[in-house]
Amino acid sequence: MPFDEMLTEDSLPRAPYTGYFNWHSGQKISDLIKKSRDAENIFRKTGITFAVYGKEDSAERLIPFDIVPRIISGSEWRKLAQGIEQRVMALNAFLDDIYHKQEIIKAGRVPRILIEKNDAFLPEMIGMRPPGGVYTHIIGTDIVRTGEGQFYVLEDNARTPSGVSYMLENRETMMQMFPELFHLNKVRPVENYPKLLRHSLAAVAPPGCTGKPRIAVLTPGIFNSAFYEHAYLADQMGVELVEGSDLRVIDGKVAMRTTRGYVAIDVLYRRVDDDFLDPLTFRPDSTLGVPGIMDVYRAGNITIANAPGTGIADDKAIYSYMPEIVEFYTGQKPILENVPTYRCSEPDTLAYVLDNLADLVVKEVHGSGGYGMLVGPAASKRERSEFAAKLKAKPGNYIAQPTLSLSTVPILVKKGLAPRHVDLRPFVLVSDKIQIIPGGLTRVALKEGSLVVNSSQGGGTKDTWVLED
Amino acid sequence: MLGRTANGLFWMFRYIERAENTARLIDAGLRMSLTRMHGHEEEWESVLRSSGVFSSYSAANSEVTSADAVNYLLRDKSNPSSILSAIEAARNNGRMVRTALTREAWEATNECYLDIKAQLARRVSDAEMPEIINNIKQRTGLIRGAFHGTMLRNELFNFSRLGTFIERADNTSRILDVKYYVLLPAVSYVGSSLDNVQWESILRSVSAHRSYGWVYDDDYKPANIADFLILNGRMPRSLAYCYDKIDSNLSYLEREYGERSSCHDMVADVVGMLRGHEIQEIMDRGLHEFLQDFIGQNSRIAAEISDVYRFYQD
Repeated sequence: MPFDEMLTEDSLPRAPYTGYFNWHSGQKISDLIKKSRDAENIFRKTGITFAVYGKEDSAERLIPFDIVPRIISGSEWRKLAQGIEQRVMALNAFLDDIYHKQEIIKAGRVPRILIEKNDAFLPEMIGMRPPGGVYTHIIGTDIVRTGEGQFYVLEDNARTPSGVSYMLENRETMMQMFPELFHLNKVRPVENYPKLLRHSLAAVAPPGCTGKPRIAVLTPGIFNSAFYEHAYLADQMGVELVEGSDLRVIDGKVAMRTTRGYVAIDVLYRRVDDDFLDPLTFRPDSTLGVPGIMDVYRAGNITIANAPGTGIADDKAIYSYMPEIVEFYTGQKPILENVPTYRCSEPDTLAYVLDNLADLVVKEVHGSGGYGMLVGPAASKRERSEFAAKLKAKPGNYIAQPTLSLSTVPILVKKGLAPRHVDLRPFVLVSDKIQIIPGGLTRVALKEGSLVVNSSQGGGTKDTWVLED
Repeated sequence: MLGRTANGLFWMFRYIERAENTARLIDAGLRMSLTRMHGHEEEWESVLRSSGVFSSYSAANSEVTSADAVNYLLRDKSNPSSILSAIEAARNNGRMVRTALTREAWEATNECYLDIKAQLARRVSDAEMPEIINNIKQRTGLIRGAFHGTMLRNELFNFSRLGTFIERADNTSRILDVKYYVLLPAVSYVGSSLDNVQWESILRSVSAHRSYGWVYDDDYKPANIADFLILNGRMPRSLAYCYDKIDSNLSYLEREYGERSSCHDMVADVVGMLRGHEIQEIMDRGLHEFLQDFIGQNSRIAAEISDVYRFYQD
């Protein structure tokens, strides 16, 4: 039996859920189902949609929202937050080291080939220290839970993590629909995130920037799956939402085309991948970026958040080294555990993985969004043998992990509550300090028994409460 | 504000205006087909012409039937001016400039799109038409209401309004130009019931068949109709009204930016021209020529505005 976060094996509510559970017992399921539909309408109205690539007619979809909150106690959160903070410090120290002295390689803790042969490693960043010394400014650490106090980090999203707008809208929707729940429970606020983000970005403006830094959010445009989020964050921060075509390098600065002429910007929160950022440095066919922005960056005249090249830190091939990385830079044992990871590039390990495919989750090293992965226990024999062939062809492209017995949190179904597997993505802001927003995005697999929580694969979301206690 | 944002707002409101206008044209066309015994396909041809899509329609259809014409104007995706295309384009522009809109204005636009898209998912029967036309007018009205009720009166507002009135001036002048011949006094069957229907159709396509009576307190007279739609500054779809609004919105921008540009002078000329003439002079000199000039100048002004305020990358 997986660990259920709300109920014990005797179906009694665990401590953080007591208030919610008692309230829920007094509700009619039919009323809650109706509320659940209301919530969906709110989302549809607002246009909180998500584009699923490769499905033309359903270009814009809603991510299903479940109205049962996921609740984390204050003490559980404190441990999590400490662990995340430690990890984020290590990630930034690792990036600085990798693009400078590479001491961790010299110390033999991370193989050189894994860094230098990695697409996520950008030679253009060698010797480059971003303003404020921060590489990854916005991080979404994916965490799973298997039991009481048992948390694992599944992934460190250090490039351009998305989902924070869902965290905010989920909270907004819950507060609109169930104000009484917020009187019953002391829930720590998340709604100041846009303000914190703005301050955090302003704090890492280039040293030459005097006065109030001008910030903009760079989006690939309305057809990007996360466009809603880009617009939402720009709106909430009160900054411009720009596209590559709005920007141009003028007099050594990146400037945006306004109705009155070009205006220089100091900090660019980019939601465009490294490859597309600058056609003069990276992919020459990119129309989403700004020709010459890397020169401005190298001259120290703009802050790019997150910095180019941060992908080397959250690469799945690097992930298995995270415990060593944390220890190397912080001098302490990691507070949060890694999921045990098999590197298929190693021949003995590959043989083990192939023998045990039915019990493992195999992931592409560079994949994301749940694309190109195999969930062994859920896959058919044929799917497994097809995947084995791919694995043998390019073992270095894959890592494997045991299928963890992910915790469950109930969702609302027609008959009432039913447990479903969840994960958690808390959001972290790094500037001259590290701030972890108490809460995050809980993703939930809506299908019974399913372990895949990705929204591109039919997962939903929940409001996530961290209690004040 | 970004030039692209100004452009997005400008076009968002052009498309909303266009959708509404097409709805009115269809409405007037349907009305005509009810009041005439035969030959109403002719009416659909002029509706298609007023909407500026007659040649693209003819390329795709061998003959003009009311069912095909309505379908083309209402929901054909290959027709960029169909109501469905226009609303989708308005909404895409709205999505692009989401940060410039209030939550209310955006939600009204988004809901309009979702609702109309669902309603126009398949061909629409005659019986459903009144409800659909009504819904389109209501939905676009809601967008306007949310916009007026919640938007700050700043440059964002001005660019949106410029889009509305450039499009509206274009629409009204095209409607008049397609039907200009029924306004000419020389036509033989002046005063016949056929004329009355034609005249009413013009007024209907700008929702002015009731207000005409309040202003002119008279039977339909070609000169009065032309006066109403061209020179009457109180008639919200007249050319004079549109240009007063274009002028005042540009003046706000001039004050705000501390800069007067070529588009200001071009607009001032049009305003002066509309104020300086009686309708009879215009008709004597040739209504068709007047309207052709106007349509050309209107689109040159739109291009000038987009240049001056850097709507596009140069």
